[in-house]
Amino acid sequence: MSSENGTQQAIKPFEFFTAAHLTRIGNQIAGSLAEMVTCLDHCSDASIFHHTFQTLGTHHFLTEGFSNDFAQWVYAATNRAELAEQLAALDVRDYVSLAELRRDLRRMVADYCRDFPQFSEQRALECFYFCEGVEATTALSLPPASNLTQFRDGLSRISHASFHFHFISSRLRLQLKTNDFSQWLADSLGKHSLASHVNRIDIYTNTLDSARSKILRLIDREIKLS
Amino acid sequence: MTTTVQVPAQIPLDSYASIVGAAEIDELKALARPLQDKKFTMVNSTAVGGGVAEILNRLVPLADELGVKIRWEVLKGGPDFYEVTKSFHNALHGAPYQAKQRDFDIFLQYNEQNRSQIDLGAEFVVIHDPQPAALINGRQNHSGHWVWRCHIDLSRPNQDVWNFLQQFVAQYDGSIFSSPEFSRQLPIPQYLFYPSIDPLAEKNRELDPEFIEDVLSQYMIDPARPILTQISRFDRLKDPVGVIRAYQIVKRYFDCQLVLAGGGASDDPEGSVVLQEVMRAAGNDPDIKVLELPAWAPLEVNALQRASTVVIQKSLREGFGLTVAEALWKKKPVVASAVGGIPIQVIHKQTGLLAHSVEGAAYQIRYLLSHPEIATRLGEQGHKHVKENFLITSNLKNYLTLFMIFLRQSQGA
Repeated sequence: MSSENGTQQAIKPFEFFTAAHLTRIGNQIAGSLAEMVTCLDHCSDASIFHHTFQTLGTHHFLTEGFSNDFAQWVYAATNRAELAEQLAALDVRDYVSLAELRRDLRRMVADYCRDFPQFSEQRALECFYFCEGVEATTALSLPPASNLTQFRDGLSRISHASFHFHFISSRLRLQLKTNDFSQWLADSLGKHSLASHVNRIDIYTNTLDSARSKILRLIDREIKLS
Repeated sequence: MTTTVQVPAQIPLDSYASIVGAAEIDELKALARPLQDKKFTMVNSTAVGGGVAEILNRLVPLADELGVKIRWEVLKGGPDFYEVTKSFHNALHGAPYQAKQRDFDIFLQYNEQNRSQIDLGAEFVVIHDPQPAALINGRQNHSGHWVWRCHIDLSRPNQDVWNFLQQFVAQYDGSIFSSPEFSRQLPIPQYLFYPSIDPLAEKNRELDPEFIEDVLSQYMIDPARPILTQISRFDRLKDPVGVIRAYQIVKRYFDCQLVLAGGGASDDPEGSVVLQEVMRAAGNDPDIKVLELPAWAPLEVNALQRASTVVIQKSLREGFGLTVAEALWKKKPVVASAVGGIPIQVIHKQTGLLAHSVEGAAYQIRYLLSHPEIATRLGEQGHKHVKENFLITSNLKNYLTLFMIFLRQSQGA
């Protein structure tokens, strides 16, 4: 049974890709919370993505207090800890569209400005510069995985960028509350329980490395199951 | 007239695998694969000295190993050209400057002369900094992909000089800045590439503990007591006197030492004046070590940073401030001013501590000396931040990604 779990042929092989990102500097700059509300109204979807999903990859090694650029800026540049905590509590996995995410970000900042008008126009210590990511996706030279053992081998060898592409930013691409790994495990191998466990790994309290280690441990347990 | 720089491979790409991981090296190889039969040219104004030359000296051979053959050309000019471009450089940083038509003419004349000497027919052309910016006038029929890489802070430029320069910059297909704060409103895409350090260079590589002890001994620094260090040239914008005042506050609570190490004061008239101010502020405190290092002393700087308990960068104004990345790479807790590119490197309470005044800097240093476990955590996280974002391999990856994006655009992908 153990070998069967590891060598069971997938309906469709898993192909490992990576996405290299460049940061493109936008033209919008927020120097206060009130300006942040205006910028959140007008910035591109790519910018919302960059400052939430993308930054989670850039700062994945920070597992305390850091979740997105907006929260970090509110905390460090405007010293409004309460609002920063609210923004930091947003979980990108709850969103399948950037419009929803933008709406919630904007609502939180606008509500705070309404409740504390004395802080809304206060100048931040440093400005928030809206940027957006430009992505170049490339197939890795790793062979496609046709079973769980091959998948485990590939997963252990991919870069942070590739892991982020498949595990985090895939949620938006798929427009689903899942990720590439879980989707393949469920749809191509029929391993729904494993897929679900992988999808529940907390990306905010794990680094990309520790999240990967957890997936590898889950796969090892699955392969050893009798 | 121009010089094509031949850069020997010094450190093989695979040597970086032990630092960034084999997967990152594989990713660089994957990104480089579609670029291998293309032609690349980079142009700057000097082959040695200065941050740009330092980066290209590493970037070009590493790209070469990936099969991406970059031809590195160095602009040639007479003393009049360099006088003008130095003035432009300072003016673009915000220094007062009365631009004259003659200066613009000299700038254009040398760019024109260089244009006839450099093969600008490559598919990808990267022009570094303002000096060669007008080479774009030599572009044939909008051929190739041209990028202007600006390494300087353009947030408060002299308007006459910037208006002159902008007419050329606007003709490029894209521009690259080191911080969003340094960029300008331009009609072309602007990309963000952080400057980088080389973890295997003498300034950053691991050192034998014996060597570090020898350096401390040479400068009579006590390894048994906390060492606060600022590595910077003696320049008022680095606020060395402010660092002494912060140290004097900390000294009331901790028996610590201060090391202020910088180079080049002897051949810099202003540096010598500032050095005298620093010596006066230090008075006869034997625990303040003011070290005038040779202009190029990478191993000594490395040793002093590694021996430090806290590294300070209390600049009043800063470009990117790569000395911060150097300290973070060595897992040192950093207290730094929130100016220029420093907040990009020091994420407050995550990868270091930011301060906005002498008193603030002193408080943050005291906090770190009182909480060594937090200092250790900040240093560890700072190291990871540098590893992810400020290493030469990240810089190379950015260039490969940019070239690939251009390539796909031209292929209609």
